Amino acid sequence: MSFDVDVAKRLGDAEIACRIEPGPGLTVLFGPSGAGKTSVLNMVAGLIEPDRGHIRVNGETLFDGALAFNEPPEVRRAGYVFQEARLFPHMRVRANLLYGWRAGAGAVDIDETIALLGIAGLLDRWPRTLSGGEARRVAIGRALLSNPAFLLLDEPLSSLDRARREEIMTLLERLRDTVRLPILMVTHDRDEAERLGSRIVGI
Amino acid sequence: MLTPAEWGIVLLSLKVGGVAVLAVLPLTFALAWLLARVRFPGKVLVDALVHLPLVVPPVVTGWLLLLAFAPAGPIGPWLQSWFGVTVLFRWTGAAIAAAVMALPLMVRAIRLSIEAVDRRLEQAARTLGASPARAFRTVTLPLSLPGVIAGVVLGFARALGEFGATITFVSNVPGETETLPLAIYAALQTPGGEGLVLRLAAISVIISLVALILSELIARRAGRGTHVL
Repeated sequence: MSFDVDVAKRLGDAEIACRIEPGPGLTVLFGPSGAGKTSVLNMVAGLIEPDRGHIRVNGETLFDGALAFNEPPEVRRAGYVFQEARLFPHMRVRANLLYGWRAGAGAVDIDETIALLGIAGLLDRWPRTLSGGEARRVAIGRALLSNPAFLLLDEPLSSLDRARREEIMTLLERLRDTVRLPILMVTHDRDEAERLGSRIVGI
Repeated sequence: MLTPAEWGIVLLSLKVGGVAVLAVLPLTFALAWLLARVRFPGKVLVDALVHLPLVVPPVVTGWLLLLAFAPAGPIGPWLQSWFGVTVLFRWTGAAIAAAVMALPLMVRAIRLSIEAVDRRLEQAARTLGASPARAFRTVTLPLSLPGVIAGVVLGFARALGEFGATITFVSNVPGETETLPLAIYAALQTPGGEGLVLRLAAISVIISLVALILSELIARRAGRGTHVL
């Protein structure tokens, strides 16, 4: 139950290379801004195609350069929380949360997730009326409710106040230890990396 | 206030303009999407061709349509043998002329709105399990809707005002191709026609104004804070 990634891609003048050995729990991608951390997440999600290498999650191959195999993003079941919330502006919070919901998929409970994230009072609001922290929590909820096979988190704790930060960290620890969802998280904060990460991969 | 004949002119104009815009809408959306999203060789040429009716004298456009749809032209005989119809001197011909003249304005408006859609939102939809078709239907299309409405209104206004291409292509046949501008022009040539000119001109202004306000209201509801005006 883990990520097995070895990819390389040339983007403009920069060569991005990343290697993640299989291992349990939450993997932190740690490194300075501009190192290509987000690009690695995009490759695992299927939004950009690596030049070579392979991506396997939970033993399932998502990309294999040697076989010219590249699974499209909609079948990878990535729960991707982007650095910006990327909520759909023409849908209320409720419709955003349910966009990726699959009936009968049922590993995550809707009401429980909403309560856990403290967003029950936001369901009828439009995304543009949310604060940064509220939008972030809705984005996390939307990703969780799509019944993901793994989570990709891009700086999930930035722009949150101290109290919320603590709550989200507790939630991530729970997902890591109880639900045992493989998580790949990008951060440039060393405290976050050391507290949450089962393993830290530098890039 | 208006005689039945004058009502006929108004209704014919609305029919020609409405049919022209709705019939050409799928084509304009496809062209707009192509120009906004796809890189292909000859794109500059396609872009220029789309804009041609905007800069060519309308009389020339009408003449080219006449050549194309004439019994000896490339399209005329084909329409005749397959569907048994001709568009010459018919309201359908007036609608074709109006559609050609409206096309560049519609493509421009729709293209801008498609370019304004944040593609990162489409990516988010894909990671949430949406196929490209579903992402288009649930994200791209609704977010570009205000621009589509703006394009339809612009195109409709342009179609209502169409004069040069129409009169060259299908002539001025009362009850068949005599739309508002053609009727106003004919009335101006007739002694004692000032009253008719005034009434038809006032109606033209009112129709255009109503269309603009209506589209603004629709865009506000659909776009949550986006505007046509």
